[in-house]
Amino acid sequence: MSDTVKAPQSMETETSDHASGHEHPSEKQYIIIALILAALTALEFGTYFSSVLPDFLNGLAIPILIILMVIKFYLVAAYFMHLKFDNPLLRRVFIAGIVLSAVVYFVMLQAFRFFSGFNTPV
Amino acid sequence: MADTLTSERPDPAAFDLENAKTHDPHATNTGLTHNKLGMWLFLGSEALLFGGLISTFLLYKSKLVEITNPNDAAVLTRVTDLGVNIYDIPFTSVSSFVLLMSSLTMVLALAAIQRDDVARSRLWILTTAVLGSTFVAGQVYEFTVFAREGMKWDTNIFSSAFYTLTGFHGVHVTIGILLLLSLVVASLKGGLRKKHSETVELVGLYWHFVDVVWILIFVVVYLIPVAQADASAESGLARTGAITTISQIGD
Repeated sequence: MSDTVKAPQSMETETSDHASGHEHPSEKQYIIIALILAALTALEFGTYFSSVLPDFLNGLAIPILIILMVIKFYLVAAYFMHLKFDNPLLRRVFIAGIVLSAVVYFVMLQAFRFFSGFNTPV
Repeated sequence: MADTLTSERPDPAAFDLENAKTHDPHATNTGLTHNKLGMWLFLGSEALLFGGLISTFLLYKSKLVEITNPNDAAVLTRVTDLGVNIYDIPFTSVSSFVLLMSSLTMVLALAAIQRDDVARSRLWILTTAVLGSTFVAGQVYEFTVFAREGMKWDTNIFSSAFYTLTGFHGVHVTIGILLLLSLVVASLKGGLRKKHSETVELVGLYWHFVDVVWILIFVVVYLIPVAQADASAESGLARTGAITTISQIGD
């Protein structure tokens, strides 16, 4: 019975959990992630020169930009903000905010016919 | 008997000591500190704020406008295309890189304070503040150039959405710099040790969030409109290139 009841954790307990169970990345790993982020930013910048690319790649600039953006967002949130390693509750709180934001503003954009026939002259 | 009862009654001092061991006044049901959970809730609400600003920008950036060009009687173009002509993508890319690297120095500061390396932590925090200041200085320079070129806050619907979104982000970065500098001051006064690492972590969370938002803004506000402007030029919509045209819309 005593096993099923979780004792409240204090700040000190949480810190010790961080040290034992939820190890953060090492400094070397942080630097590697930063280098990956820098490389992805360079790729994003590269799309600025998409006119020099073959025609079949020109139409892919926007999808590529969105994919790179999502990867960068994930890397910073998961590793630098420690969402990958911290208590899952924090992950849920943050994702809930993002999902709520996405849904609310998707509906708003839809209401203003952003996705169909919005481009009327002002 | 009375002696037995007296001897079985717990010593009040001993009871308090035992209670103190099992009942931490700062304990929470989640196992998280209130400060950390509060910061994440705040960041969740910030996601809604910036979601609103980005959506508004998206809504207005696709507006088509009819402009009067000195050479053509009437030209139909996207309002965004007028703005992206004065974007300096290489410059903004460097700014983005600077802000991204400030996130690295921020996590290095946290790692340093967690192993009680106060001097190195202070150095990384200061470096983060300098990188953040460089980003803000770049944004101020960019705004100045845009205004000089004719794109002011009230020039058109695109410029209003652009300045509101990027300006709000700039204010957030500035607040982050002030928080970082307050940590540096606390560190210099000897008030920032390993036991305060959560404070550094909370400021770091705010800083990384600001960085994450810029990752979105850089793509949505700068790179995608430029790519779309190129596409619209190919599809026959006017790519004006004339900055004077923007002020004509304002008129």
